[in-house]
Amino acid sequence: MDAATFADGLAAMRSAVGDEWVFDLPADLNTYRDFYSVLWGEPEEKVASAAVAPANVEEVQAVVRVANERRIPIYPISTGRNLGYGGSAPVLSGSVVVDLKRMNRVLEVNEDNCSALVEPGVSFFDMYRHLRESGSKLMMSVPDPGWGSLVGNALDSGGGYTVSGYRGHFEAVCGIEAVMADGELLRTGMGALPGSETWQQYRMGIGPCLDGMFRQSTLGVVTKMGFWMFPTPEAWLSGSVSVLRYEDLEELVRIANELEYGNLFNGMPGFGSPVLTRENPIAMTMIPEPEVMNAMVQESGVPAWSFSPNFYGPERVIREQWAYVKSRFEHIPGVQFAETGFVDLPLSPEDMERIHKPRFGIPSLEIFSVGSRGYGNFNPSDGHIWFSAVIPRSGQGIIDANRVMRSECERLGLDLFMFAPAVTCWTRSFVLFAAVPVYKDGRNAHLRDAVREIIRTCAEHGWGEYRCPPAFMDDVMDAYSFGDHKLRRVNEAIKDALDPNGIISAGRYGVWPERYRHMRRTGGEA
Amino acid sequence: MKYLAIALPLSALALTASVSAQDEDPQVAHGRQVFEHMCAPCHGQGPGDDGSEMLPGTAALTEKYAGSRPGALELRNDLPAPVLSLFVRRGVGAMSPFRASELSDEDIAAIAAYLAEPD
Repeated sequence: MDAATFADGLAAMRSAVGDEWVFDLPADLNTYRDFYSVLWGEPEEKVASAAVAPANVEEVQAVVRVANERRIPIYPISTGRNLGYGGSAPVLSGSVVVDLKRMNRVLEVNEDNCSALVEPGVSFFDMYRHLRESGSKLMMSVPDPGWGSLVGNALDSGGGYTVSGYRGHFEAVCGIEAVMADGELLRTGMGALPGSETWQQYRMGIGPCLDGMFRQSTLGVVTKMGFWMFPTPEAWLSGSVSVLRYEDLEELVRIANELEYGNLFNGMPGFGSPVLTRENPIAMTMIPEPEVMNAMVQESGVPAWSFSPNFYGPERVIREQWAYVKSRFEHIPGVQFAETGFVDLPLSPEDMERIHKPRFGIPSLEIFSVGSRGYGNFNPSDGHIWFSAVIPRSGQGIIDANRVMRSECERLGLDLFMFAPAVTCWTRSFVLFAAVPVYKDGRNAHLRDAVREIIRTCAEHGWGEYRCPPAFMDDVMDAYSFGDHKLRRVNEAIKDALDPNGIISAGRYGVWPERYRHMRRTGGEA
Repeated sequence: MKYLAIALPLSALALTASVSAQDEDPQVAHGRQVFEHMCAPCHGQGPGDDGSEMLPGTAALTEKYAGSRPGALELRNDLPAPVLSLFVRRGVGAMSPFRASELSDEDIAAIAAYLAEPD
């Protein structure tokens, strides 16, 4: 892109949004860097050339039209707090970040429909405050850091801890409005029917359901999103089912799955190994051979495996559900049951101090204690990235993923400060979550090589990441190679058709417009 | 008044808040509001989740200063706007920078005014 065209485009954007909301000075652009980037300070670091912060849909349309007319690449962000997955930096260096934080209106909360319609700048903290101030009866699902955007988090497939159907945040989306590359406005589902009162009731509308086009996408700038929300339940109960033998894991997971798929519990369950997390409750060690693990259990008296169902609902209902759940595991020799938590809702001030807030739809930032001061030793890393692979939902899935990940990290010399091989934000799969510390002192080249190798190793086992930092998006998309990469080729055909100038989010999740396709894997600057 | 007496019963708290709101300098009031919304979830006082003794930012600063300064920002009087801006706009440790679209220069100045109030 030549300097004159860029300057002309920026001037036009200033006219559209006002001088004070266009940023191109180094000090301002520094705030748009990915603070946890694995490319920090290196020539390949992905950085913005400018940023523009529109206040409403009309300004977004104007900015997109300016960019499209001049073929200036843009990169929309919502609250830009997706730390560990890219933050507020673009995938293609030289892009103009379209910062939607100022679009922070809660447009509607419908108490009877249990739904909301929000703009992308609404954070989970904003939404929680709105719900409390309005006396809402609704509970939202929140991810661990509450400063993220409802819209951005859902678009990146974020997850929370609450109820099935709500805690996979993209699953709870009902209705999207997006500015397309030509500047026109699209509404999905029933939003496409003028006068419809059902935009947040029926997701599909007519014909192909287009909501998925905007997930981890390069196809539009999402300006409104509808969500289904959960009526705040009367109570919450958490239990644990612990078993004592290595061999019990398969049965534990099989029954737990059947119970969840049959709606016998509705909260996010936990799967873990008490004996393998004795030293660090957030990082499971390598699963040893059966006889070794069984000996560890016998010596320590700590169970081999645990399953922790969570229940939301009226007390008498969830107590009956818990009783039934227990009955399904009674045949396992030595099985132990415990009620580990019960609270009536709304939460009392005393409860607020003892509960994990996101499990009750209350945003917090307390996950950052993991990075700023982890368990045991002070851990002054400069940030972290997430490794998040979808693995089979079975006992063997946990064992295989644990051993492969642990042995590969040991072989490659890669530190993990959080490792949970069976996270259940989504009700039908496990996600292997690992937090990898990043540093700003030159150690990241090794980290990048190691992560790329682990991505390939996981792919050989049939495990693919569902989300990743920008530095690895091409590698992860490469792993989804069925039919000579047909998935990527179809995505790019759609990209070229809907955004022929390739202006929106080039390279995001490995989808490159024709104009920049030569930058796949190597990166570059627009 | 930098922070309202948390131990007061709710009725007294409401009265205190009402009196406080009337007396409070508008910039300080704005700073308190912004601090509570944007900073306190990490840098506030009080315990964290799941039995944690402190919130993450407060815990990290407590460790960093090792007793030479308080870890909780509301117990500090030595954070004028230029110093706050340095950390807010550049980021530090695990805390990434805050953009002007999230936190304006006026917001930062107001937070500084709030923190400068007597404890």
